[in-house]
Amino acid sequence: MITKRIIPCLDVRDGRVVKGVNFEGLQDVSSPVDLGRYYSENGADELVFYDITASAEGRRLFADILREVAATIFIPLTVGGGINTLEDFDRVLKCGADKVSVNSGAIRDPSLIGKAAKLYGNQCVVLSVDVKRVDGRFTVFAKGGRENTGMDALEWIRRGEADGAGEIVVNSIDTDGVKSGFDIEMLKAVEEIVSVPVIASGGAGGIQDFIDLFREIPDIDAGLAASIFHFGEVQIPELKRQLAEAGINVRR
Amino acid sequence: MIAIVDYGVGNIFSLYSSFRHIGADARLSSDPGEIRRADKIVLPGVGAFGDAARKLRNSGLADVVTEEAEKGKPLLGICLGMQLLFEKSFEYGEHKGLGLIPGCVVSMEPVVPEGYKVPHIGWNALHFPKDRPKSPIFRDVREGDFVYFVHTYYGTDCSEAVIATTEYGPELTAAVSAGSVYGLQFHPEKSGETGMKILKAFCDMEG
Repeated sequence: MITKRIIPCLDVRDGRVVKGVNFEGLQDVSSPVDLGRYYSENGADELVFYDITASAEGRRLFADILREVAATIFIPLTVGGGINTLEDFDRVLKCGADKVSVNSGAIRDPSLIGKAAKLYGNQCVVLSVDVKRVDGRFTVFAKGGRENTGMDALEWIRRGEADGAGEIVVNSIDTDGVKSGFDIEMLKAVEEIVSVPVIASGGAGGIQDFIDLFREIPDIDAGLAASIFHFGEVQIPELKRQLAEAGINVRR
Repeated sequence: MIAIVDYGVGNIFSLYSSFRHIGADARLSSDPGEIRRADKIVLPGVGAFGDAARKLRNSGLADVVTEEAEKGKPLLGICLGMQLLFEKSFEYGEHKGLGLIPGCVVSMEPVVPEGYKVPHIGWNALHFPKDRPKSPIFRDVREGDFVYFVHTYYGTDCSEAVIATTEYGPELTAAVSAGSVYGLQFHPEKSGETGMKILKAFCDMEG
Protein backbone atom coordinates (compact mmCIF):
# COMPACT_ATOMS: atom_id res chain seq x y z
CA MET A 1 0.00 0.00 0.00
CA ILE A 2 1.22 3.44 -0.90
CA THR A 3 2.51 5.56 1.99
CA LYS A 4 1.46 9.00 3.18
CA ARG A 5 4.10 11.54 2.18
CA ILE A 6 5.80 14.13 4.38
CA ILE A 7 7.10 17.06 2.36
CA PRO A 8 9.29 19.94 3.60
CA CYS A 9 9.07 23.13 1.53
CA LEU A 10 12.13 25.38 1.09
CA ASP A 11 11.73 29.02 0.06
CA VAL A 12 14.75 30.12 -1.96
CA ARG A 13 15.73 33.70 -2.73
CA ASP A 14 18.86 34.50 -4.76
CA GLY A 15 20.01 30.90 -4.35
CA ARG A 16 19.73 30.79 -0.54
CA VAL A 17 17.10 29.33 1.79
CA VAL A 18 15.16 32.23 3.25
CA LYS A 19 13.90 31.14 6.63
CA GLY A 20 16.50 30.98 9.37
CA VAL A 21 17.03 27.44 10.48
CA ASN A 22 19.02 25.77 13.17
CA PHE A 23 20.15 22.16 12.88
CA GLU A 24 22.68 20.27 14.85
CA GLY A 25 25.45 19.02 12.58
CA LEU A 26 24.53 21.31 9.72
CA GLN A 27 27.01 24.09 9.07
CA ASP A 28 25.40 26.16 6.36
CA VAL A 29 21.68 26.21 7.06
CA SER A 30 20.95 28.61 4.23
CA SER A 31 22.41 26.31 1.57
CA PRO A 32 19.52 24.65 -0.31
CA VAL A 33 21.83 21.77 -1.23
CA ASP A 34 22.92 21.05 2.36
CA LEU A 35 19.44 21.48 3.78
CA GLY A 36 17.90 19.36 1.02
CA ARG A 37 20.40 16.60 1.69
CA TYR A 38 19.72 16.81 5.42
CA TYR A 39 15.99 16.35 4.84
CA SER A 40 16.43 13.56 2.30
CA GLU A 41 18.69 11.66 4.74
CA ASN A 42 16.20 12.24 7.55
CA GLY A 43 13.00 10.83 6.18
CA ALA A 44 11.54 13.47 3.83
CA ASP A 45 9.58 11.73 1.04
CA GLU A 46 9.88 14.58 -1.40
CA LEU A 47 11.20 18.14 -1.46
CA VAL A 48 9.56 21.31 -2.70
CA PHE A 49 11.79 24.20 -3.75
CA TYR A 50 9.97 27.47 -4.08
CA ASP A 51 11.76 30.26 -5.92
CA ILE A 52 10.69 33.62 -4.49
CA THR A 53 13.30 35.57 -6.46
CA ALA A 54 12.13 38.45 -8.59
CA SER A 55 15.30 39.26 -10.56
CA ALA A 56 16.78 37.53 -13.59
CA GLU A 57 20.06 37.12 -11.74
CA GLY A 58 18.22 35.38 -8.89
CA ARG A 59 16.56 33.06 -11.41
CA ARG A 60 19.95 32.10 -12.78
CA LEU A 61 21.26 31.34 -9.28
CA PHE A 62 18.15 29.24 -8.64
CA ALA A 63 18.81 27.21 -11.79
CA ASP A 64 22.39 26.53 -10.66
CA ILE A 65 21.20 25.47 -7.22
CA LEU A 66 18.52 23.22 -8.65
CA ARG A 67 21.04 21.46 -10.88
CA GLU A 68 23.28 20.86 -7.89
CA VAL A 69 20.39 19.58 -5.75
CA ALA A 70 19.23 17.22 -8.52
CA ALA A 71 22.77 15.85 -8.91
CA THR A 72 23.14 15.01 -5.21
CA ILE A 73 19.67 14.29 -3.79
CA PHE A 74 17.80 11.25 -5.09
CA ILE A 75 14.19 11.74 -4.02
CA PRO A 76 11.43 13.47 -6.00
CA LEU A 77 11.85 17.24 -6.40
CA THR A 78 9.03 19.67 -7.04
CA VAL A 79 9.76 23.22 -8.11
CA GLY A 80 7.45 26.22 -7.92
CA GLY A 81 7.59 29.99 -8.01
CA GLY A 82 7.57 32.15 -11.11
CA ILE A 83 6.15 29.46 -13.40
CA ASN A 84 4.16 31.39 -16.01
CA THR A 85 4.95 29.79 -19.36
CA LEU A 86 5.96 26.50 -20.98
CA GLU A 87 9.49 27.94 -21.20
CA ASP A 88 9.47 28.15 -17.38
CA PHE A 89 8.49 24.46 -17.22
CA ASP A 90 11.27 23.60 -19.62
CA ARG A 91 13.81 25.69 -17.68
CA VAL A 92 13.28 23.90 -14.35
CA LEU A 93 12.75 20.41 -15.81
CA LYS A 94 16.09 20.66 -17.61
CA CYS A 95 17.71 21.44 -14.25
CA GLY A 96 16.38 18.19 -12.78
CA ALA A 97 12.92 18.98 -11.34
CA ASP A 98 10.49 16.04 -11.46
CA LYS A 99 7.31 18.05 -11.03
CA VAL A 100 6.46 21.70 -11.58
CA SER A 101 4.03 23.58 -9.42
CA VAL A 102 1.91 26.38 -10.92
CA ASN A 103 -0.14 28.91 -9.00
CA SER A 104 -0.60 32.53 -10.17
CA GLY A 105 0.75 31.60 -13.61
CA ALA A 106 -2.26 29.31 -14.18
CA ILE A 107 -4.65 32.03 -13.00
CA ARG A 108 -3.16 34.49 -15.52
CA ASP A 109 -3.15 31.90 -18.31
CA PRO A 110 -5.64 29.08 -17.61
CA SER A 111 -4.48 27.19 -20.72
CA LEU A 112 -1.02 26.66 -19.15
CA ILE A 113 -1.99 23.49 -17.23
CA GLY A 114 -3.44 21.76 -20.29
CA LYS A 115 -0.49 22.67 -22.51
CA ALA A 116 2.08 21.54 -19.92
CA ALA A 117 0.22 18.28 -19.20
CA LYS A 118 0.15 17.42 -22.88
CA LEU A 119 3.86 18.11 -23.28
CA TYR A 120 5.25 16.65 -20.06
CA GLY A 121 2.49 14.36 -18.76
CA ASN A 122 -0.04 14.89 -15.96
CA GLN A 123 2.31 13.47 -13.34
CA CYS A 124 4.57 16.46 -13.93
CA VAL A 125 2.01 19.22 -13.38
CA VAL A 126 1.06 20.27 -9.85
CA LEU A 127 -1.66 22.86 -9.31
CA SER A 128 -1.00 24.85 -6.15
CA VAL A 129 -3.91 26.92 -4.85
CA ASP A 130 -4.00 29.52 -2.07
CA VAL A 131 -7.51 29.44 -0.61
CA LYS A 132 -9.28 31.70 1.87
CA ARG A 133 -12.88 31.85 3.04
CA VAL A 134 -14.66 34.98 1.82
CA ASP A 135 -18.29 35.31 2.96
CA GLY A 136 -18.24 31.60 3.79
CA ARG A 137 -17.08 30.62 0.29
CA PHE A 138 -13.69 29.02 -0.54
CA THR A 139 -12.03 31.64 -2.73
CA VAL A 140 -8.81 31.56 -4.78
CA PHE A 141 -6.15 34.14 -3.95
CA ALA A 142 -3.25 35.04 -6.25
CA LYS A 143 0.19 36.61 -5.85
CA GLY A 144 1.15 34.77 -2.69
CA GLY A 145 -2.26 35.30 -1.08
CA ARG A 146 -2.36 39.09 -1.57
CA GLU A 147 -4.95 39.33 -4.32
CA ASN A 148 -8.54 38.10 -4.17
CA THR A 149 -9.39 36.67 -7.60
CA GLY A 150 -13.06 36.20 -6.70
CA MET A 151 -12.88 32.70 -8.20
CA ASP A 152 -14.54 29.77 -6.45
CA ALA A 153 -11.73 27.47 -5.26
CA LEU A 154 -13.58 24.19 -5.77
CA GLU A 155 -14.53 25.19 -9.32
CA TRP A 156 -10.93 26.20 -10.05
CA ILE A 157 -9.50 22.95 -8.68
CA ARG A 158 -12.05 20.82 -10.56
CA ARG A 159 -11.11 22.62 -13.76
CA GLY A 160 -7.37 22.22 -13.08
CA GLU A 161 -7.79 18.48 -12.68
CA ALA A 162 -9.86 18.24 -15.86
CA ASP A 163 -7.14 20.19 -17.73
CA GLY A 164 -4.49 17.70 -16.62
CA ALA A 165 -3.06 18.66 -13.22
CA GLY A 166 -1.74 15.43 -11.71
CA GLU A 167 -1.64 16.67 -8.14
CA ILE A 168 -3.26 19.48 -6.13
CA VAL A 169 -1.58 21.41 -3.31
CA VAL A 170 -4.18 23.14 -1.15
CA ASN A 171 -2.76 25.91 0.98
CA SER A 172 -5.26 27.35 3.44
CA ILE A 173 -4.55 31.04 4.04
CA ASP A 174 -6.96 30.88 7.00
CA THR A 175 -4.81 28.36 8.89
CA ASP A 176 -1.39 29.24 7.46
CA GLY A 177 1.00 30.43 10.15
CA VAL A 178 -1.57 29.89 12.92
CA LYS A 179 -0.08 26.50 13.86
CA SER A 180 -3.37 25.15 15.15
CA GLY A 181 -3.74 22.34 12.64
CA PHE A 182 -4.48 21.77 8.96
CA ASP A 183 -7.74 23.13 7.51
CA ILE A 184 -9.65 19.86 7.72
CA GLU A 185 -12.95 21.33 6.53
CA MET A 186 -11.41 22.89 3.41
CA LEU A 187 -9.30 19.80 2.60
CA LYS A 188 -12.30 17.49 2.95
CA ALA A 189 -14.26 19.64 0.51
CA VAL A 190 -11.41 19.43 -2.02
CA GLU A 191 -10.80 15.69 -1.52
CA GLU A 192 -14.49 15.03 -2.26
CA ILE A 193 -14.32 16.56 -5.74
CA VAL A 194 -10.95 15.37 -7.10
CA SER A 195 -9.47 11.94 -7.80
CA VAL A 196 -5.80 12.94 -8.15
CA PRO A 197 -3.48 13.15 -5.10
CA VAL A 198 -4.13 16.07 -2.73
CA ILE A 199 -1.36 17.63 -0.63
CA ALA A 200 -2.36 19.52 2.53
CA SER A 201 -0.53 22.74 3.33
CA GLY A 202 -0.91 25.46 5.93
CA GLY A 203 -1.43 25.18 9.65
CA ALA A 204 0.74 22.34 10.91
CA GLY A 205 2.01 23.23 14.37
CA GLY A 206 3.02 19.83 15.70
CA ILE A 207 3.00 16.07 15.23
CA GLN A 208 -0.61 15.67 16.38
CA ASP A 209 -1.77 17.91 13.51
CA PHE A 210 -0.40 15.39 10.97
CA ILE A 211 -2.01 12.48 12.83
CA ASP A 212 -5.36 14.34 12.83
CA LEU A 213 -5.00 15.15 9.12
CA PHE A 214 -4.46 11.55 7.99
CA ARG A 215 -7.05 10.17 10.45
CA GLU A 216 -9.80 12.59 9.58
CA ILE A 217 -9.18 12.51 5.82
CA PRO A 218 -7.90 8.99 5.01
CA ASP A 219 -7.70 9.80 1.29
CA ILE A 220 -5.35 12.76 1.68
CA ASP A 221 -1.93 11.88 0.24
CA ALA A 222 0.61 14.17 1.84
CA GLY A 223 1.28 16.87 4.39
CA LEU A 224 3.50 19.80 3.49
CA ALA A 225 5.09 22.25 5.92
CA ALA A 226 8.00 24.66 6.13
CA SER A 227 8.85 26.45 9.36
CA ILE A 228 8.03 23.68 11.84
CA PHE A 229 10.59 21.49 10.06
CA HIS A 230 13.13 24.28 9.53
CA PHE A 231 13.01 25.38 13.17
CA GLY A 232 13.29 21.80 14.35
CA GLU A 233 9.93 21.90 16.16
CA VAL A 234 9.04 18.71 14.35
CA GLN A 235 11.72 16.15 13.45
CA ILE A 236 10.59 14.01 10.52
CA PRO A 237 11.88 10.65 11.88
CA GLU A 238 9.97 11.23 15.14
CA LEU A 239 6.89 12.40 13.21
CA LYS A 240 6.97 9.21 11.14
CA ARG A 241 7.46 7.03 14.21
CA GLN A 242 4.34 8.52 15.81
CA LEU A 243 2.34 8.32 12.57
CA ALA A 244 3.22 4.62 12.27
CA GLU A 245 2.21 4.10 15.90
CA ALA A 246 -1.13 5.72 15.10
CA GLY A 247 -1.63 3.12 12.34
CA ILE A 248 -0.80 5.45 9.45
CA ASN A 249 1.27 3.92 6.66
CA VAL A 250 4.56 5.81 6.21
CA ARG A 251 7.97 5.07 4.70
CA ARG A 252 10.58 4.54 7.39
CA MET B 1 31.33 1.84 -19.00
CA ILE B 2 27.55 2.04 -18.68
CA ALA B 3 25.69 3.54 -21.61
CA ILE B 4 22.40 5.29 -20.81
CA VAL B 5 20.52 5.24 -24.08
CA ASP B 6 19.58 8.80 -25.04
CA TYR B 7 16.79 8.62 -27.63
CA GLY B 8 15.09 11.92 -26.86
CA VAL B 9 12.61 10.71 -24.27
CA GLY B 10 12.31 12.38 -20.88
CA ASN B 11 14.57 13.83 -18.30
CA ILE B 12 17.59 11.58 -17.75
CA PHE B 13 19.73 14.00 -15.75
CA SER B 14 18.84 12.40 -12.38
CA LEU B 15 19.51 8.91 -13.68
CA TYR B 16 22.89 9.96 -15.03
CA SER B 17 23.68 11.75 -11.74
CA SER B 18 22.72 8.66 -9.70
CA PHE B 19 25.22 6.46 -11.53
CA ARG B 20 27.91 9.10 -11.09
CA HIS B 21 26.96 9.37 -7.41
CA ILE B 22 27.68 5.67 -6.82
CA GLY B 23 30.97 5.97 -8.68
CA ALA B 24 29.97 4.35 -11.97
CA ASP B 25 31.37 5.46 -15.31
CA ALA B 26 28.04 6.29 -16.95
CA ARG B 27 27.54 8.12 -20.22
CA LEU B 28 24.48 9.40 -22.02
CA SER B 29 24.76 8.06 -25.53
CA SER B 30 22.88 7.93 -28.79
CA ASP B 31 25.91 6.54 -30.65
CA PRO B 32 25.37 2.89 -31.73
CA GLY B 33 29.13 2.20 -31.64
CA GLU B 34 29.51 3.51 -28.11
CA ILE B 35 26.44 1.58 -26.90
CA ARG B 36 27.85 -1.63 -28.45
CA ARG B 37 31.19 -1.03 -26.71
CA ALA B 38 29.57 -0.43 -23.29
CA ASP B 39 29.74 -3.13 -20.60
CA LYS B 40 26.13 -2.50 -19.66
CA ILE B 41 23.15 -0.68 -21.12
CA VAL B 42 20.43 1.32 -19.37
CA LEU B 43 17.18 2.07 -21.19
CA PRO B 44 15.32 4.98 -19.56
CA GLY B 45 11.97 6.51 -20.53
CA VAL B 46 8.97 8.54 -19.44
CA GLY B 47 5.84 9.44 -21.36
CA ALA B 48 3.69 7.37 -23.70
CA PHE B 49 4.72 3.90 -24.96
CA GLY B 50 3.84 4.37 -28.64
CA ASP B 51 5.79 7.60 -28.97
CA ALA B 52 8.84 6.22 -27.14
CA ALA B 53 8.87 2.94 -29.09
CA ARG B 54 8.73 4.90 -32.35
CA LYS B 55 11.59 7.19 -31.29
CA LEU B 56 13.71 4.22 -30.23
CA ARG B 57 13.13 2.46 -33.58
CA ASN B 58 13.59 5.58 -35.70
CA SER B 59 16.90 6.31 -33.99
CA GLY B 60 18.07 2.82 -35.00
CA LEU B 61 18.90 2.11 -31.34
CA ALA B 62 16.12 -0.47 -30.81
CA ASP B 63 18.10 -3.02 -32.86
CA VAL B 64 21.36 -2.15 -31.10
CA VAL B 65 19.83 -2.62 -27.64
CA THR B 66 18.05 -5.86 -28.62
CA GLU B 67 21.12 -7.41 -30.28
CA GLU B 68 23.43 -6.53 -27.40
CA ALA B 69 20.94 -7.90 -24.84
CA GLU B 70 20.62 -11.12 -26.84
CA LYS B 71 24.40 -11.50 -26.68
CA GLY B 72 24.09 -11.48 -22.89
CA LYS B 73 25.11 -7.90 -22.12
CA PRO B 74 23.35 -6.71 -18.92
CA LEU B 75 20.44 -4.42 -19.82
CA LEU B 76 18.37 -2.41 -17.35
CA GLY B 77 15.05 -0.83 -18.41
CA ILE B 78 13.58 1.79 -16.08
CA CYS B 79 9.91 2.84 -15.87
CA LEU B 80 8.75 3.22 -19.50
CA GLY B 81 12.15 1.76 -20.48
CA MET B 82 11.10 -1.37 -18.56
CA GLN B 83 7.74 -1.50 -20.33
CA LEU B 84 9.51 -1.27 -23.71
CA LEU B 85 11.22 -4.62 -22.93
CA PHE B 86 7.86 -6.43 -23.18
CA GLU B 87 6.32 -7.91 -26.33
CA LYS B 88 3.56 -5.33 -26.63
CA SER B 89 1.62 -2.56 -24.92
CA PHE B 90 -2.05 -1.56 -25.03
CA GLU B 91 -1.49 2.11 -24.13
CA TYR B 92 -3.66 4.12 -26.58
CA GLY B 93 -3.85 1.34 -29.19
CA GLU B 94 -1.54 -1.62 -29.59
CA HIS B 95 2.23 -1.14 -29.92
CA LYS B 96 5.10 -3.57 -30.36
CA GLY B 97 7.89 -3.63 -27.79
CA LEU B 98 11.38 -5.13 -27.94
CA GLY B 99 10.16 -8.60 -26.92
CA LEU B 100 13.02 -9.26 -24.48
CA ILE B 101 10.60 -10.03 -21.63
CA PRO B 102 7.52 -12.24 -22.27
CA GLY B 103 4.24 -10.50 -21.51
CA CYS B 104 2.41 -7.27 -22.24
CA VAL B 105 1.69 -3.86 -20.74
CA VAL B 106 -1.86 -2.87 -19.76
CA SER B 107 -3.63 -0.16 -17.75
CA MET B 108 -4.07 -0.71 -14.02
CA GLU B 109 -7.41 1.12 -14.08
CA PRO B 110 -9.59 -2.03 -14.43
CA VAL B 111 -7.73 -3.93 -11.67
CA VAL B 112 -7.23 -1.42 -8.84
CA PRO B 113 -10.13 -1.13 -6.38
CA GLU B 114 -12.41 1.90 -6.22
CA GLY B 115 -10.86 4.74 -4.24
CA TYR B 116 -7.31 3.89 -5.38
CA LYS B 117 -5.91 6.83 -7.31
CA VAL B 118 -4.54 6.33 -10.82
CA PRO B 119 -1.72 7.00 -11.71
CA HIS B 120 -0.02 5.08 -8.92
CA ILE B 121 2.27 7.84 -7.58
CA GLY B 122 4.38 7.61 -4.46
CA TRP B 123 6.48 5.38 -2.23
CA ASN B 124 5.41 1.75 -2.10
CA ALA B 125 6.95 -1.43 -0.70
CA LEU B 126 8.74 -4.15 -2.70
CA HIS B 127 7.72 -7.76 -2.21
CA PHE B 128 9.80 -10.66 -3.51
CA PRO B 129 8.03 -13.80 -4.84
CA LYS B 130 8.49 -16.61 -2.34
CA ASP B 131 8.71 -19.39 -4.93
CA ARG B 132 12.07 -18.26 -6.38
CA PRO B 133 15.45 -17.03 -5.17
CA LYS B 134 15.89 -13.27 -4.74
CA SER B 135 17.21 -11.64 -7.91
CA PRO B 136 20.84 -10.43 -7.78
CA ILE B 137 19.68 -6.90 -8.60
CA PHE B 138 18.02 -6.84 -5.13
CA ARG B 139 21.20 -8.14 -3.46
CA ASP B 140 21.20 -5.32 -0.87
CA VAL B 141 17.44 -4.69 -0.66
CA ARG B 142 15.14 -6.16 1.96
CA GLU B 143 11.55 -7.36 1.64
CA GLY B 144 9.31 -4.34 2.32
CA ASP B 145 11.84 -1.64 1.39
CA PHE B 146 10.24 1.40 -0.24
CA VAL B 147 10.78 2.70 -3.77
CA TYR B 148 9.18 5.54 -5.75
CA PHE B 149 6.57 4.76 -8.43
CA VAL B 150 4.90 6.95 -11.08
CA HIS B 151 2.85 4.94 -13.60
CA THR B 152 -0.59 4.07 -14.96
CA TYR B 153 0.34 0.98 -17.01
CA TYR B 154 2.00 -2.19 -15.73
CA GLY B 155 3.45 -5.46 -17.02
CA THR B 156 1.23 -8.53 -17.01
CA ASP B 157 1.22 -12.16 -18.28
CA CYS B 158 4.87 -12.26 -17.26
CA SER B 159 4.74 -14.36 -14.08
CA GLU B 160 7.90 -16.32 -14.95
CA ALA B 161 9.87 -13.07 -15.22
CA VAL B 162 8.54 -11.31 -12.11
CA ILE B 163 11.23 -10.66 -9.48
CA ALA B 164 9.31 -8.12 -7.36
CA THR B 165 5.75 -6.91 -6.91
CA THR B 166 4.09 -4.04 -5.06
CA GLU B 167 0.63 -4.02 -3.51
CA TYR B 168 -1.86 -1.49 -4.86
CA GLY B 169 -5.08 -3.39 -4.39
CA PRO B 170 -3.74 -6.41 -6.29
CA GLU B 171 -0.02 -7.17 -6.51
CA LEU B 172 1.36 -5.24 -9.49
CA THR B 173 4.57 -6.12 -11.32
CA ALA B 174 7.37 -3.96 -9.88
CA ALA B 175 10.40 -5.64 -11.47
CA VAL B 176 11.13 -8.35 -14.05
CA SER B 177 14.13 -10.20 -15.39
CA ALA B 178 15.00 -12.77 -18.04
CA GLY B 179 18.65 -13.81 -18.29
CA SER B 180 20.73 -10.65 -18.10
CA VAL B 181 17.79 -8.37 -18.95
CA TYR B 182 16.27 -6.46 -16.00
CA GLY B 183 13.32 -4.10 -15.82
CA LEU B 184 12.21 -1.82 -12.96
CA GLN B 185 8.77 -0.21 -13.01
CA PHE B 186 9.78 2.27 -10.28
CA HIS B 187 12.44 4.98 -10.41
CA PRO B 188 15.62 3.86 -8.60
CA GLU B 189 17.11 7.32 -9.25
CA LYS B 190 14.28 8.80 -7.13
CA SER B 191 14.19 6.05 -4.48
CA GLY B 192 16.85 7.37 -2.13
CA GLU B 193 19.27 4.92 -0.49
CA THR B 194 17.30 1.84 -1.64
CA GLY B 195 17.44 3.01 -5.25
CA MET B 196 21.20 3.55 -5.08
CA LYS B 197 21.68 -0.02 -3.74
CA ILE B 198 19.76 -1.41 -6.71
CA LEU B 199 21.79 0.58 -9.26
CA LYS B 200 25.02 -0.48 -7.50
CA ALA B 201 24.03 -4.16 -7.71
CA PHE B 202 23.41 -3.73 -11.44
CA CYS B 203 26.82 -2.05 -11.86
CA ASP B 204 28.49 -4.97 -10.07
CA MET B 205 27.02 -7.60 -12.38
CA GLU B 206 29.35 -9.61 -14.60
CA GLY B 207 28.88 -8.74 -18.27
